[in-house]
Amino acid sequence: MSRIVITGLGLTGPIGNDLATMRENLLAGKPNVQMMDMRYFGEAPAGICDFEVTRYQKRKDARRGTRAGSISIYCAQEAFADAGLKVSELDESRIGVFVGTTEHGNVETENEIANIKEFDYDCKYWTHHHNPRTVANSPAGEVCLNMGIHGPHCCVGAACAAGNYGLIYAAQQLMLNEVDIAIGGGVSESIHTFGIFAGFNSQNALARNDDPNKASRPFDKNRNGIVVAEGGALYVLERLEDAQKRGANIIAEIVGWGINTDATDFVLPNPERQAECMALALKRAGLAPDQIDLISTHATGTPEGDIREISAIKSVFGETPAPYINNSKSFWGHAMGAAGALELAGNIPSFKDGLIHPTINVDELDPECEAGGRIVINKPIEKEVNYILNNSFGMLGINAALIIKKFI
Amino acid sequence: MTEAEVRQIVIDIIEDIAPDEDLDSINDEESLRDQLGLDSMDFLDIVMELRKQHKVEVPEEDYPKLATMQSTVDYLTPKLS
Repeated sequence: MSRIVITGLGLTGPIGNDLATMRENLLAGKPNVQMMDMRYFGEAPAGICDFEVTRYQKRKDARRGTRAGSISIYCAQEAFADAGLKVSELDESRIGVFVGTTEHGNVETENEIANIKEFDYDCKYWTHHHNPRTVANSPAGEVCLNMGIHGPHCCVGAACAAGNYGLIYAAQQLMLNEVDIAIGGGVSESIHTFGIFAGFNSQNALARNDDPNKASRPFDKNRNGIVVAEGGALYVLERLEDAQKRGANIIAEIVGWGINTDATDFVLPNPERQAECMALALKRAGLAPDQIDLISTHATGTPEGDIREISAIKSVFGETPAPYINNSKSFWGHAMGAAGALELAGNIPSFKDGLIHPTINVDELDPECEAGGRIVINKPIEKEVNYILNNSFGMLGINAALIIKKFI
Repeated sequence: MTEAEVRQIVIDIIEDIAPDEDLDSINDEESLRDQLGLDSMDFLDIVMELRKQHKVEVPEEDYPKLATMQSTVDYLTPKLS
C-alpha cells in the first residue's frame, strides 16, 4: 500500500488566511471571535473569516455559488499553489476533490425562505439557483468548476468529524489509485445559518460571554458552550513515490487513522468509542501511545464533551508519560466541517519550529479535564514534535482520529 | 416610462448579475449572451428580478425577446408603462 504525504496546504480561518499568519497568532495567544448579528436569532459570538474571495473567483461566480464554495475554492487554489502544482500541467482527470462538510444547504435554504417571506411566501420568487447551491456535492463541485478539474469529487458529510474525514477519504482515493492528486480536508459556512446558533442555544450548548474572545474556552471550569465559526483547510495529498518523483516539498506524512461510530446517542459522545478510534489510528500507524508527541483535541467547550474526550485520551494514553494536549477552538471557535483540518494545519509547523501552541482562555482548569498536567495552557511550550494525533468527533457518534508524522 | 428609463432598469439588473462586466460599452443591437457571457441561469435571474422589482412577468415563450438590449427594451417598455 502506498504511503500518503501532504505536499500543499491552503486555509482560511478567523485568525489568518495563510498558515504563517495563523501560526503567529496561535503562538502569540491571539484569538479572533466577534459578536455577530444573526437573522432571527440576534447576537452571538462567532468566528468570521475575511479572506479575499475575488483572488480566485469572479464576482459573478461567487454570487451564483455559495460561501462554502468560495471558501473551498480559496483553500484549494492556495493549496495547489503551495504544492507548486498547476492544473494545466497535469492530467485533470486524475485530480480529485474531497471536501468534508458538517452540513450543506442550510444557509442557502434559510436565505431563500427569508427572501420569499418578503413576497408572502409565494414560491414563484424562490430562486432557480437553489438546487445547484444545495446539492450535497456543491462546495467540492465548485472547486472543480473553478479549477477545471475533471476527476472525481464529492463532499464527505461527517458532522464535526468532517475535516479529518475529508483528509482520510482523499488518502483512501490515492491508495485505491482512483486519482494521482487528491485535494482533501474540510470547510464550514455554518455561521451564516441562524439554525445552527438557535439549535445549539436550544441544547443549552451555545457559548455566551461579554467578551467574545473569551467565549470559547475548552477545558476551563467556566466554559459554557460552543462558539460557531466558519473557515476551511484543504490539503494536497499525493502518494509518496509520486511526490518524490516530482521533487515536491513534503510537509508531512499521513501514517494512520481511525474512523468509527458510537451508536449510542444522537448528540452525547461515547468516550469508549472515541478511545477505540484513537487506538485504531495508533494500530494502523504501528505506533505505541508514548510515541505521540501532541494530541490536537476536538474539545468544543461544552461541559460534557470536553470531559468525555479527556477521559477517552486517558484511557488510551494513561497518565504518564503521555502526549501533550492542546486545543485550537479557544482561538476562533468551532469551525464545524473545517475544524479537524484547520486545527491540524495550525499544529503542523510544530514539526519545524519545535513549539506547541497553547489552549487559551483556561483561567481555571476544570479538575475533571485535568490530564496529568499535559494540557498546554495559555503559553506555548518548546517540544520536539514528530507525531501529531488529531481528533475530530461529531453528532450521531461519528469519530475520526488522524495521525501525521514529521517527514524527514 | 421612457425607453431610456427602461434601459437603465435592465442595466441595473445586469449589473448585479454580471458585476465583472463593463456595461458602458454594450452594443444594444448585439446579443447580450455573446457580449456579456450570460447563460440561461443569468437570463432566469433577469426574469426573476423583473418579477421581484417591477412585478413584470416574462413567460417562457417570450425569453427570445430578451436577446439584445434593444429587443429587451422594446419588449419591456409597454409592460412597464
